[in-house]
Amino acid sequence: MNFTLSDEQLMFAETARNLFADSCTPEHWRKMMEVGAAHDDARWAALAENGLTLVLLPEGAGGMGLAETDFAVIAQEAGYVALPEPLVESAGVAAPMLAALAPEHEALADPSATIAIAHPLNPFVANADTAAAILLHKDGEAYVATPEQVTLTAQPSIDPFRRLFTVDWNPSRATRLGVADWDLALDRAAVFNAAMGLGLAQRAVDLAVDYAKERQQFGKPIGSYQAVKHHLASAQVAIEFARPVVAAAAAQIGRRDGYSRARVSHAKIVGLEAAEKAAQASIQVHGAMGYSWEVDVHLFLKRTVALTQTWGTPRYHRERIAVRVFGQPMGPDQTFAHETSNRELQNA
Amino acid sequence: MDLTYTPEQQAFRAGVREWLAVHVPEAPLEHFDASRAGFEAHRDWERTLKSGNWGMVTWPGEFGGRGLDLIQWLIFEEEYYRAGAPGRVNQNGIFLLGPTLIEFGSEAQKERFLPPMAAGEEIWAQAWSEPQAGSDLAGVRATAVLDGQDYVLNGHKIWSSRAVFADWAFGLFRTPGTERHKGLSLVFFPLDAPGVTVNAIKKINGHVGFAEIFLEDVRVPAFNRLGDEGQGWHICMATAGFERGLMLRSPARYQVAAAKLAELWSTHKETADPALEADVVRAYMNADAYALNIYQTALRLMAGAKIGPEASTNKIFWSELDIHLTRTALAILGPLAELTQQAPAADPVDWIDDHIFALAGPIYAGSNEIQRNIIAERMLGLPR
Ligand SMILES: Cc1cc2nc3c(=O)[nH]c(=O)nc-3n(C[C@H](O)[C@H](O)[C@H](O)COP(=O)(O)OP(=O)(O)OC[C@H]3O[C@@H](n4cnc5c(N)ncnc54)[C@H](O)[C@@H]3O)c2cc1C
Repeated sequence: MNFTLSDEQLMFAETARNLFADSCTPEHWRKMMEVGAAHDDARWAALAENGLTLVLLPEGAGGMGLAETDFAVIAQEAGYVALPEPLVESAGVAAPMLAALAPEHEALADPSATIAIAHPLNPFVANADTAAAILLHKDGEAYVATPEQVTLTAQPSIDPFRRLFTVDWNPSRATRLGVADWDLALDRAAVFNAAMGLGLAQRAVDLAVDYAKERQQFGKPIGSYQAVKHHLASAQVAIEFARPVVAAAAAQIGRRDGYSRARVSHAKIVGLEAAEKAAQASIQVHGAMGYSWEVDVHLFLKRTVALTQTWGTPRYHRERIAVRVFGQPMGPDQTFAHETSNRELQNA
Repeated sequence: MDLTYTPEQQAFRAGVREWLAVHVPEAPLEHFDASRAGFEAHRDWERTLKSGNWGMVTWPGEFGGRGLDLIQWLIFEEEYYRAGAPGRVNQNGIFLLGPTLIEFGSEAQKERFLPPMAAGEEIWAQAWSEPQAGSDLAGVRATAVLDGQDYVLNGHKIWSSRAVFADWAFGLFRTPGTERHKGLSLVFFPLDAPGVTVNAIKKINGHVGFAEIFLEDVRVPAFNRLGDEGQGWHICMATAGFERGLMLRSPARYQVAAAKLAELWSTHKETADPALEADVVRAYMNADAYALNIYQTALRLMAGAKIGPEASTNKIFWSELDIHLTRTALAILGPLAELTQQAPAADPVDWIDDHIFALAGPIYAGSNEIQRNIIAERMLGLPR
């Protein structure tokens, strides 16, 4: 049992944090919003140079061949800055799927290319217009096409950095890759979205804490009032108890059984619930400022709304957990259970 | 990250399981707060545990423990709850005072107090609260005055769980003339010492679960002071860390309850509100999240960290999950919810009593309002 992040994983988190802190501040997104851009080429290039797009790619496809736990720490940092670019969907979900099907694909040769994915669970495809390749689903099989080979209809999102599209396409104009592991793609996306949720949540709390120390009413900082403290303490409790669920889910994806799928769904629900609770508390603590375009909290709220409902709604994930609760052994010896663990105990 | 138990941990689990299967009493014992007989039956169970050397597994061997690490402790607790073993009548001693004694006590004190604690021969109560000092614990007024080799204790303690039948209490006392956090000392006194009057107070379920204690010139040897004079507040906060954090509520308790809730749902789902399924699933999620969090905390502590203000997040989380869980059970039971265990139609699990007990969770061990203040000030850095 070793349920802690390794030094290497902590280092990844720090690299990502430093990189994002320099290049992805609210001023950066605000400039992008002004010109209607969803993608910052310079930032994305820096992030690719630092290897963040290669973490989950197998070594055979030029990647680092690392595991979900390694990527989850990066996703959390991406959430903390509300990173506009589709790092998670591209490098965390689509690229490894493409690599599993077509390791030689040209889109993988360029670490700064983005790849979009049309998962059957999602009605819309994020960032399809700027992608070097789009993964498409038909009857369990995967196809790949470029944006030029398909018809994209924009479906604007409340989150200015999530450019959504419906995709019409014809298999004759796409390349067939064969049967793909859509479940694995879903599990990865769910866990990384949950990790982003943790980052979004912590940022919303941190922004509110900073504000509550400065803003004065009745002659004192509002942060000295209990009602304000309790909003933020409650949000922090939600974060603290979502964090280990996300960590365990990321560590267990590889097991690919009912237990690990339930854990992934659990992570998806509570990671984003923490983000929602934190965003709401943060807006409340900021008062009318929190309701203004000028204050940064709303972007964290909007990203939270988007991530909550995509890659499986809360209802979808709750049903996956119900399958585990009502169909598999429950109880205190089952925390780290997997398909073979009860047998292992008998042999102990 | 490796989320599997080692073969040694698995073997340990199997050993605990085997021992409990042989020793756990078949019929449930009467509750330890319900009567003297129930209390003594639980004391006997503590002796049985001791006979297998399972009295307090994390303590060093010389004091009646096994010197196990926190992960082994969690495994032990998991098997304990899984087996439906009796509640620990001595939890104040073994889970709260014990670890504090190990940290702050002299060798002589450890030798004197720990082995009988592990054996169930001396059952402890916590005498901190007073009528005027609840949340504001630093306002205690009971006094301890050194007179030669003895302390003379005076004052009025209240809400001491188990004190009605217990043998000893650890109390928080003030050196006269000192104020607030200064000058407080932690002193042990026998509950049958001359000058001690214990009056039972009934809880809302009718059990004599706690007591008020009047102390009139009670003499105890200075040996009974834990730590230095004036160090009481510091020591009590360490105990409170155990209480809110890890030891008082191991996750297994809620995992068993969540499993029973899932069973209850399966039995009643034809008649219950379908929307309740989501609450049943949530109870599982909460218990699971709590377990994962505690495993991570245990591993951090084993790597040398100290429990900090995150103990307050634990306390809020377990107390709220417990209320949610038992409230869901009552909702599933519908008209059966109000039945006592004497009712022939009652569910075998006493959900209503569990719920009533759960309602105390946000009050004891420091109310949740106080825990939220601690989180806001010490974790988030908000001004006082
Ligand atoms: C079942 C049970 C078992 C107990 N066992 C023991 C025991 O074994 N030993 C022992 O010493 N004590 C015990 N207690 C007492 C317990 O520790 C106190 O009840 C608790 O600390 C609260 O103190 P109080 O009851 O005086 O409430 P008060 O302090 O009067 O508080 C009443 C209400 O006001 C709120 N409040 C008070 N101050 C603040 C503040 N600054 N900010 C916001 N809200 C505030 C509280 O949160 C609470 O909701 C037990 C209590 C219960 C219910």
